[in-house]
Amino acid sequence: MAEPTTPLHTVSHGRTLPPEETLLSVRGLRKVYHTDGGDIEAVRDLTFDLGKNELTCLVGPSGSGKTTLLKCTAGLLAPTSGEVILDGKTVTGPPKKMAVVFQEYGRSLFPWLRVAANVELPLKHAGVDKAKRTALVEEALHNVGLDHVPQSYPWQLSGGMQQRVAIARAIAYQPEVLLMDEPFAAVDAQTRADLEDLVRKVRKELGISVLFVTHDIDESVYLGERVIMLSNSPTVVQEDLLVDLPEERDQLETRALPRFTELRHHVYEQIQLAKKGFRPDADPAQ
Amino acid sequence: MKRVLSGVAFTVALPIILIVLWWIFSTVSPSFFVPTPPELISTFFDTWFGPRLWNDVLPSIARFAVGVSIAIALGIVVGLLVGLNRDLRSFTEPVFEFFRALPPPVIIPVLLLLFGPSNTTKVVVIVLAAIWPVLLNTIEGVRAADPVQSDTSRSYGITGFARVRYQILPGAAPQILAGIRQALPIGLILMVISEMFGAFAGLGFSIIQFQRRFAIPEMWSGILVLGLLGYTVAVVFRAVERRILRWYYGLKELENG
Ligand SMILES: Nc1ncnc2c1ncn2[C@@H]1O[C@H](COP(=O)(O)OP(=O)(O)O)[C@@H](O)[C@H]1O
Ligand SMILES: [Mg+2]
Repeated sequence: MAEPTTPLHTVSHGRTLPPEETLLSVRGLRKVYHTDGGDIEAVRDLTFDLGKNELTCLVGPSGSGKTTLLKCTAGLLAPTSGEVILDGKTVTGPPKKMAVVFQEYGRSLFPWLRVAANVELPLKHAGVDKAKRTALVEEALHNVGLDHVPQSYPWQLSGGMQQRVAIARAIAYQPEVLLMDEPFAAVDAQTRADLEDLVRKVRKELGISVLFVTHDIDESVYLGERVIMLSNSPTVVQEDLLVDLPEERDQLETRALPRFTELRHHVYEQIQLAKKGFRPDADPAQ
Repeated sequence: MKRVLSGVAFTVALPIILIVLWWIFSTVSPSFFVPTPPELISTFFDTWFGPRLWNDVLPSIARFAVGVSIAIALGIVVGLLVGLNRDLRSFTEPVFEFFRALPPPVIIPVLLLLFGPSNTTKVVVIVLAAIWPVLLNTIEGVRAADPVQSDTSRSYGITGFARVRYQILPGAAPQILAGIRQALPIGLILMVISEMFGAFAGLGFSIIQFQRRFAIPEMWSGILVLGLLGYTVAVVFRAVERRILRWYYGLKELENG
């Protein structure tokens, strides 16, 4: 591998942004699980900002606390210390304009509701009127390529299709922040490419911010404007990398760019380091 | 079509064989205590399709229906409250287990003292006996709510009553209906037993009366009424359950098939 053509924009801590560009801030987040078997420090100290209309990818070894971070961000778990701030307000419970796509997609759908009803439920509860609801549900199902199954039950669908229903539900809800936890793990390669482009499209059209957890390094570079790499557990930010690829991404062209390869290579090395136990907070030079 | 017919034949075969055997034995060696099938049928219509229908059968059924409905409603409501509240659960669980372990008929003498031989006594007996399976199954079902589903509800702001309605209740429905399935025969048993103590009308009372007067075919016909009643209740319940739990049976079929 040759040296990067241009230097990488990378820092070994989470980037913080000026307040006017920031939508979501994570500050000194720490999460300790108290279990019968003892305490588990899943997340030690995380600080970073998520910009307005920014798509940030979060990668890290499995067990590095990605899901924990996402749940704290979503207001579903109370941090042990530190805080999450959305639009200037500390998150204490699930914020209204946030949608989460859970890693356990199959279990996040209600098996007693048909596909369309699952997608519709959050809108119905939010008091969106029937005509608008129907339109949003139809559009979301169309966007994830599931126009043909609105009357099926989720458990009649394949794992990948179930995951797309969960994505459709999140998109139809029209959130301002979308949190996604390894959402494409169960879908086939072609659908995955389509859904990646869908996430970028939705982000652009709705002007929303996306925090996207993945274990796929190619995916993180292709999708993100930024890639935050996490250390092994107990977790800190290993590195925060700016993805300086063109705004318009294309499955073939973008992935063929030399810069894409450089970035991908760099993220790969960092994840390998993280797996081996290298930690920025343990480095005396830092 | 052939398959349907053979299915029907299979279902009715055993009852027919049993009736034929009964007919043969009651004809070959007649007994005062066992009527023949034609005797029983004619007694059945003579006995129950007259004033007794209004005075005994329908009031019994009404008490059963009211008692079981209250038991189901109360069992579900209390079960939801207790199931959703950990403190309330550990507070109430030992008490519930104790009352569930009591054989229901022992409360009849107590209630007779409190309310006398009234409709109230009989309905309360049915409620107190039939509520436990519904209550305890509802608690279990609520407790078993999938944490991912709960996170999903919360993240979309579906909380409180809406969460109960959209997530908890449908999710617990298989368990709740299993509880109701157990509650129905218990309700029926207590309907009969409550009429055997200090009562002056009702199905259970009539059967005891016939027995004391040695009106043997009438007594058997009363038992037939009870059997038919229990069977009808079971069939109706199954139809309702199949409808409500269509998703659940489909899912199970897929998992097991
Ligand atoms: N509810 C929980 N109770 C106890 N420990 C947990 C719980 N959830 C996660 N953990 C632990 O916290 C660590 C981080 O888990 P998680 O956030 O799921 O990581 P990731 O999503 O990156 O794989 C793991 O060691 C895991 O075992
Ligand atoms: Mg995870």
